Amino acid sequence: MSTSHDAALLKPGFTDAVFEAQAGFRALLDALAYAGRITTLEVSLDPPAPLDPATAAIALTLFDFDTKVWLDAPAAAGPVPAWIRFHCGSPIVSETHDAQFALVADARHLPGLGDFDIGEDRHPDRSSTLVIQVPALTGGSATRWTGPGINGSIEVAIAALPEGFWAQWDDNHALYPQGVDVLFVCGRQVIGLPRGVKVEV
Amino acid sequence: MSALEEVRWDAAYNFAYLDEQTKRMIRRALLKAIAVPGYQVPFGGREMPLAYGWGTGGIQVTASVIGPDDTLKVIDQGADDTTNAVSIRRFFSRVAGVDTTEATEEADIIQTRHRIPEAPLREGQVLVYQVPQPEPLRQLEPRETETRKMHGYAEYGLMHVRLYEDIARYGHIATTYSYPVMVNGRYLMSPSPIPKFDNPKMQDNPAIQLFGAGREKRIYAIPPYASVKSLDFDDHPFEVQTWDEACALCGAQNSYLDEVVLDDRGGKMFVCSDTHFCADRRAEGHRGELGGDPAALAFARTAEEEGADR
Repeated sequence: MSTSHDAALLKPGFTDAVFEAQAGFRALLDALAYAGRITTLEVSLDPPAPLDPATAAIALTLFDFDTKVWLDAPAAAGPVPAWIRFHCGSPIVSETHDAQFALVADARHLPGLGDFDIGEDRHPDRSSTLVIQVPALTGGSATRWTGPGINGSIEVAIAALPEGFWAQWDDNHALYPQGVDVLFVCGRQVIGLPRGVKVEV
Repeated sequence: MSALEEVRWDAAYNFAYLDEQTKRMIRRALLKAIAVPGYQVPFGGREMPLAYGWGTGGIQVTASVIGPDDTLKVIDQGADDTTNAVSIRRFFSRVAGVDTTEATEEADIIQTRHRIPEAPLREGQVLVYQVPQPEPLRQLEPRETETRKMHGYAEYGLMHVRLYEDIARYGHIATTYSYPVMVNGRYLMSPSPIPKFDNPKMQDNPAIQLFGAGREKRIYAIPPYASVKSLDFDDHPFEVQTWDEACALCGAQNSYLDEVVLDDRGGKMFVCSDTHFCADRRAEGHRGELGGDPAALAFARTAEEEGADR
């Protein structure tokens, strides 16, 4: 039994659940509404490894007992599952297809986008939202994004995405209005990529 | 956070009335709504402390979005000083302690019933619509299972037939409010009962537009810079209302006008429906034909004083 030991190691959640969740949500709303722009989550969180502060803030803002969460191997190996269970009460699922939210701590471990839930034709909202941590939101190979939320087009250069990611995104975008939505995270910063956005490499 | 140390709202309530779990559920629905523009996301609408039809959906959306530093504007048919607008503004001052304003430019969140403000919105502003009936096809097809299929398969012929029947009967499309729009080329959406005059403002708007229907328990959204096209036909293109008159108080010729009966002898005037827009123009010195009329001035002054009293 290591329960007490785990509890001692458990990192705290928000200091002020009401206002930090509200600020976190507004940042996420901006990130998904103004797709492609870098949005900062002003949180002072001490997140459990290997989560970035913004990833942890997303979990505390949106997860609860209603949301099934999938974790990639690096996230599942550490204190994150216990932290999510304690602070959010979310069920952790092992199948990507069951996940409402997926936390990908290391983009290299990203399963195919098609492995996640794309929703149903009459309920496209029942799809997975992916939170993908990357080493940097700038400095990668340049892509040109167009679609709702973007005034004309926007240049985005997210670093260190797995090879073939944008080809998978093409397939995901083609499923519109079904498909997954992605939040790219680095540190406290987020870029939203809703399914309606077309990406040219 | 300082907001906690100095509680500015009625501490008998959680901040912004709703409990945190409800807010999380609504926030998740809002993010999905932004990701699929025009699609109606079902949500667990709560009982609110006012009757259905008074903006319970809009209030729940506003309560989930608003923060202690936001400034709120509420309008009802364009007016800041009508019952619905006043009571919702008072509700949020009480349960969230937020500042309220009548100035469109100063507001972070604008909750609206049946109008889009005349002043252009900017990036970062959130426009929350109160929606009585979110389903644009409901009058044509009462079954939710069927309308859901029609949306799923983008099967919107029925709506075109309805508009065509207008043309066959009246020679033009007679729908003047709740005029259906196609969002991002995919979903048929009800713009809520705004006059069709306001429909073009939804297209490529820099602000975030959120729609809440409390009784029907649906949330939908239009992200900024999205394509919002009013349905029409090649030979009957979409047109907005126009007036021969200008606003009797401020002389505006490009705003949406309400007809106001002045006496029992058929006297009437047309005034801007957007009261803040009209007051701004009068402050700038614009005068309409009744702008110098004592009765009209008294009418306008009473409205302003009522606004200042709050």
